[in-house]
Amino acid sequence: MIKDLINPTQFNVLVSKLGDILVKALDKPLGYAINWGRIWSLWPVHLETACCSVEFGAASGPRYDVERFGIIEAFGSLRQCDLIVVQGTVTRKMAPRLRMVYDQMPEPKYVIAMGACAITGGLYVDSYNVLPGIDGIIPVDVYVPGCPPRPETLIQGTMLLQEKIKVSKIR
Amino acid sequence: MADLEDRISESQKMGMQILKESDDDRLMTLSVGPQHPGSGHFRFIVKLDGDYIVHCDPDPGYVHRGEEKMTEYRNFIQNIPHLERPVIHDSTNITYSYSLAVEELTGIEVPRRGQFIRAIASELNRQVYTLYWLAIYGIFLGHSTMFMWPTGDRELFIDLLEALTGARVTHAFNIPGGVRNDVPNGFKDRCLRQITYYEKRLKEYEDIFYNNPLVRQRTEGVGILTKEDAIRLGVTGSVLRASGVPYDIRKAEPYDVYNEIDFKVQYMKTADSFARAYVPFLDMRESCHILRQLLDKMPEAGEVRAKLQANPRGPPGEAYRRVESGRGALGYYIISDGTPKPYRVKISVGSFRNMLALPHLLVGAKMGDMPVIYWALNYWPVEADR
Amino acid sequence: MSSKTDQKDNSNNNYNIINNDSKTSTAETSATQSPPDSRQLGDIVSKSSSPSSPPPVKTTTTLRTKDSEPPAFEKGIAGEISANFGQMVQIIFIKPLRIKIAVEPPNIVKVATFLRDNLGFDHAESVAGTDYPKDNQIEVIYHLGSYLRDDLAGHVLAIATRTNRDDARLPTLINVYKSVEYHERETFEMLGVYFEGHPRNERFLLPEDWADIPPLRKEFRIKGR
Repeated sequence: MIKDLINPTQFNVLVSKLGDILVKALDKPLGYAINWGRIWSLWPVHLETACCSVEFGAASGPRYDVERFGIIEAFGSLRQCDLIVVQGTVTRKMAPRLRMVYDQMPEPKYVIAMGACAITGGLYVDSYNVLPGIDGIIPVDVYVPGCPPRPETLIQGTMLLQEKIKVSKIR
Repeated sequence: MADLEDRISESQKMGMQILKESDDDRLMTLSVGPQHPGSGHFRFIVKLDGDYIVHCDPDPGYVHRGEEKMTEYRNFIQNIPHLERPVIHDSTNITYSYSLAVEELTGIEVPRRGQFIRAIASELNRQVYTLYWLAIYGIFLGHSTMFMWPTGDRELFIDLLEALTGARVTHAFNIPGGVRNDVPNGFKDRCLRQITYYEKRLKEYEDIFYNNPLVRQRTEGVGILTKEDAIRLGVTGSVLRASGVPYDIRKAEPYDVYNEIDFKVQYMKTADSFARAYVPFLDMRESCHILRQLLDKMPEAGEVRAKLQANPRGPPGEAYRRVESGRGALGYYIISDGTPKPYRVKISVGSFRNMLALPHLLVGAKMGDMPVIYWALNYWPVEADR
Repeated sequence: MSSKTDQKDNSNNNYNIINNDSKTSTAETSATQSPPDSRQLGDIVSKSSSPSSPPPVKTTTTLRTKDSEPPAFEKGIAGEISANFGQMVQIIFIKPLRIKIAVEPPNIVKVATFLRDNLGFDHAESVAGTDYPKDNQIEVIYHLGSYLRDDLAGHVLAIATRTNRDDARLPTLINVYKSVEYHERETFEMLGVYFEGHPRNERFLLPEDWADIPPLRKEFRIKGR
């Protein structure tokens, strides 16, 4: 009987069945652990696009401290970041650079569109040099409205992103 | 698919056009780009010979939103929220200059109490701006305490401004004719308490930052801009005053109530980056004195704005008014042709004028001194691009 | 602390505390102003009160003249310019602290050099170009200011030149005032005015792939309006 089991085809089936059981047992806790790690260490790329960067700077200050959520400001290299917060207006000159920055980030990456100008063009929707919203270039996860959004709104947007990451499958 | 790849590669080539320059000598071309912790939303291309910069070429325009064109399609009052976005955290000063120019064109007169409130908001905003600038200067030098302390103190001033105007940063408070609303109850006492606390705090800033031996070593003697060069290049604001020229628009051409206020123009003669970092600090201290005098002299009651008209218009003419903002002289040149919409608005900002000093100072400096020189020029990229 | 507060001591071995108490040097504008009487125009003038207050403070600059007589000091400056150039310059208006003159393009460098050397306007604050399609002209106006002379502290002199809209060329003032370098470049890209002699007539603020007409011309319409 055991000889029957250990011939090549049967062995493959046995291993795959064992693998299924293992994945089913570990998928949820492992996924939970990995997602937990990702949620509490979202590092944003230092890309100050326009005037909303002032409120992002204020959000990193002592009063609305985003570092307690794991978001560190003034980060050096973008190859180690997983969050890009597009702060404000994206002009036509800036758009290819934004796409390049997004492409250079490693997976998994998330995008927050901060401010009315990043969502739809905002106050400058009819300007000759402004993109009407960034979701034409990069896929956006969370939209944070406001002009500029208060730091508490930005933190609420980050918490929404955290909810989204919690229920996502690890890739 | 090949077509798409062609288009992507074309756009990548556009962005990386500097790499096409031939480096046939030992120089290395470096793009301190629009995504950089040390440059903000501004790019400049430097050529390096080892560690020394031999050539610098600024490339602004990444936040150019076409303000001057867009003002021609809106009337004078509708332009106010637009025009405060270039420098969002100093927004009272940029709309102050605009309001002065429009008042000259249309003939609106501002009541006295309104003038005082405008000046108070302008001084508070100057503090807010300079604290943000100081915070970023601290983080450029790696002094993260100097990022946290000003950002925290700034919130107290923003609380005052929020009580006064209703918004944290984009106030839309100045209109041609005065201010929108009156001060709330107890504002004067809150303000005085805040200034008293803040003056003690300024001494602490001096202790940890300006007397810090590392900061001194990094900034002293770096990027010397002589007085003749400063005048020839036409720089303005704290950069000019750090090179020994005591020029301040509030003294040279007093607008509103500044001729009744007794204050001194702060300037230094050493003209290096340390002076350019220290003059805004001295300005902040002087601004506290100005605020006390303004709060003291403000009339108790009165109108705060002229009667609000829907579409103010004036006879055809032109006006050029200037205001001393956190970065220097902010001038508006407005041409009106008799309709409620302006014909041409030209904004002369301090950052654009100071940008000329950047290639002049960086050539010959080391690459490590670049953040020190660059941010000491009090340059805000969004304002320079308008 | 013997050193003045505005001069940092270079021998800084023991971390000289910057003197907090005494203030930096004063910079009151000199007393050689034009007499205040010629400036008290308009209603919102706050008279400088007591004679014991130190230097004479300037009155509020209300720039709407109630009487038709232009102020004396500015008239003196304008008179000096006219005396030197005669028909070449045309005085457009003289207001308190603001003078505007108009010059033809071939003469502008000469007039600007005279203003810099003899009259003391040592820097250019801004360069603004305006499109007048009705006259088929583009007007470029330079605002000049003075940093060193105290009696010219708040004055701004504006020089205007006009050129044809279809073939807009102007001589550059970069050799007279170095501060116009980036302003002229911006005027080139926004209005299409070519400055002869300027080292770089290139696009500055606009994107690299800009293929439209210069944006500040009046026929360039913003979308939707």
